Amino acid sequence: MSTLDPVRFLAKNMRVDLALIAGMIAPGSRVLDIGCGDGTLIDHLFQTKGCDARGIEIDMAEVTRAVAHGLPVMQGDADIDLTYYPDGAFDYVVLSRALQAVERPRAVLRQMLRIGTRAVVSFPNFGHWLVRWQLVSTGRMPMTATWDRPWHETPNIHPCTIRDFFVLCEEEGYVVEQWLAADDAGRRGPWRRASWMANLFGEQGVFLLRHR
Amino acid sequence: MRTGLQTHSSRPASVPVASGAGRSYGLAAMDQPTIRTDPANAVSHTRVTFDDGLMLECGTTLRRHTVAYRTYGTLNPQRSNAVLVCHALTGDQYAAEDHPITGKPGWWDTVVGPGRPVDTNRFFVICPNVLGGCMGSTGPLSNRELPDGTLIDEPWGTDFPPVTIRDMVRAQKRLIEHLGIERLFAALGGSMGGMQVLQWAALYPEAVFAALPIATASYHSAQNIAFHEVGRQAIFADPDWQNGQYWRTGRIPARGLAVARMCAHITYLSEEALTRKFGRRLQNAPKDSTEAISLFGEMFEVESYLRHQGSTFVQRFDANSYLTITRAMDYFDLGADCGGDLATAFKGTGTRFLLASFTSDWLFPTNQSRSVARALNRAGANVSFVEFPTDKGHDAFLLEEPDFHRTLAGFLRGCAIHAGLDAGG
Repeated sequence: MSTLDPVRFLAKNMRVDLALIAGMIAPGSRVLDIGCGDGTLIDHLFQTKGCDARGIEIDMAEVTRAVAHGLPVMQGDADIDLTYYPDGAFDYVVLSRALQAVERPRAVLRQMLRIGTRAVVSFPNFGHWLVRWQLVSTGRMPMTATWDRPWHETPNIHPCTIRDFFVLCEEEGYVVEQWLAADDAGRRGPWRRASWMANLFGEQGVFLLRHR
Repeated sequence: MRTGLQTHSSRPASVPVASGAGRSYGLAAMDQPTIRTDPANAVSHTRVTFDDGLMLECGTTLRRHTVAYRTYGTLNPQRSNAVLVCHALTGDQYAAEDHPITGKPGWWDTVVGPGRPVDTNRFFVICPNVLGGCMGSTGPLSNRELPDGTLIDEPWGTDFPPVTIRDMVRAQKRLIEHLGIERLFAALGGSMGGMQVLQWAALYPEAVFAALPIATASYHSAQNIAFHEVGRQAIFADPDWQNGQYWRTGRIPARGLAVARMCAHITYLSEEALTRKFGRRLQNAPKDSTEAISLFGEMFEVESYLRHQGSTFVQRFDANSYLTITRAMDYFDLGADCGGDLATAFKGTGTRFLLASFTSDWLFPTNQSRSVARALNRAGANVSFVEFPTDKGHDAFLLEEPDFHRTLAGFLRGCAIHAGLDAGG
């Protein structure tokens, strides 16, 4: 993909996240996937787990592709449209690799846990050692496989680290039911017990949250 | 319930078939004082009459009412593959076949037919003419009914009761029951057809598995009512309107109705589309014109085009029907009918929705579809919502729009899986 494509959300390889996120979702549940792209995850959840899975996507071309595949997806903006769903409408609300791209991540998380019993959130980890090293050694914004756009045109306006996210969950009173760190190919890292290790070596974090 | 299938057949269409595919659109029809007084009875329509009463929202009960309709495809043995197509203001039941009066292809033959998005090889498609229409369903052209139920040999005219979108839908429900169908697999339509679809889903949620309101809104906006009023005033201003009793002289208000159509037609297009199709190109005015336009010797192509639209329209549409149906659209406000919150109209619905809109549609702009989608979200409904980029304006829903058509087909395919319809094809 050209780095000049005017997309708002980080382009994501659903295949990478798919297994990790789907693994956190119970069969037969009601799921809303925010930033669902062409609907790969909701299709997967319907086909393999019998979930009532729906999607919201901001990019109209992706929405069209999803609906033309028979998937229930509506065009909408996570920062705006979540307010229109009733409390507890879903068992899971998924935000995959898009938290760092929304205008108000904290408000979006609150909405997710208002309309859903649980939230599944994945995001690229800005605490990864390579990111840290590049900033330290060059004094410039990092450019890695995950953070692959110059600072002035990245859609990722709210980068955070795995540690930052733990702190936010604490502040907001969310229970982290499960978490894991993975590399960019979706392989789970062996850092389950030490979050500082995960924050250094994990390229992305995946969290399952609920209200206390 | 006693019903009778009646096929009325009288004289063949005596109407000149619309010509004018070329550049030069005649003014003849607009200048002729008389064309026909009765487009409905000029051809035979498939129709069914119900005589156990239809209570209208206005309080009047029609003792008998007729629904003219067309069907395409075959109803399966489980009666589970029925698709209702609802037509727009000036549409009719001839969705997917040549029109019996104009000879033109069906108004939605790009969408309905074998191998089309609404595939008649798979689905049994039903398209009724709306209550208040002029193609065989009960409307201002029908014989007037006295309060005791006797019919007199005179049309209703402007005394036809003010019908609503809900009245239209309730009449259609009778037709669906008559055809032995408990649940529609899908209901779809654009513009006023979309209003009917929303009304269907709100009124009979258990009878609609999938609803596809396209290029529509949950209420008619002030701007849209305003345009309708211009059209109605054009009809009233025509001396041949004769207080709506034009059958007495046999002169129809062709000029007024044509102007109404011309005005409305502008709202169906977009500035970009008009520029693309006509720009500022001129053409010679027809020699036989006695109109003021001849003073200038030439006219813009867009003027000629609009006149053509006006003149062909009056050949197939009744002025009193136009007044009745525009009013029904103006009255439509589904949210207001449900205590001001549209979401309550759909509370707990199991229907799957596809809202579709078009970028250059300024008559039913995307925001109106989006607010319906949001209301459906508030109601917890399963809703898909897509806006298609096009410069063709409101009319885009009737035209060749590959992305739109692919999306319709895919949405219906997905719904068929969830409905347990045989996924073949």
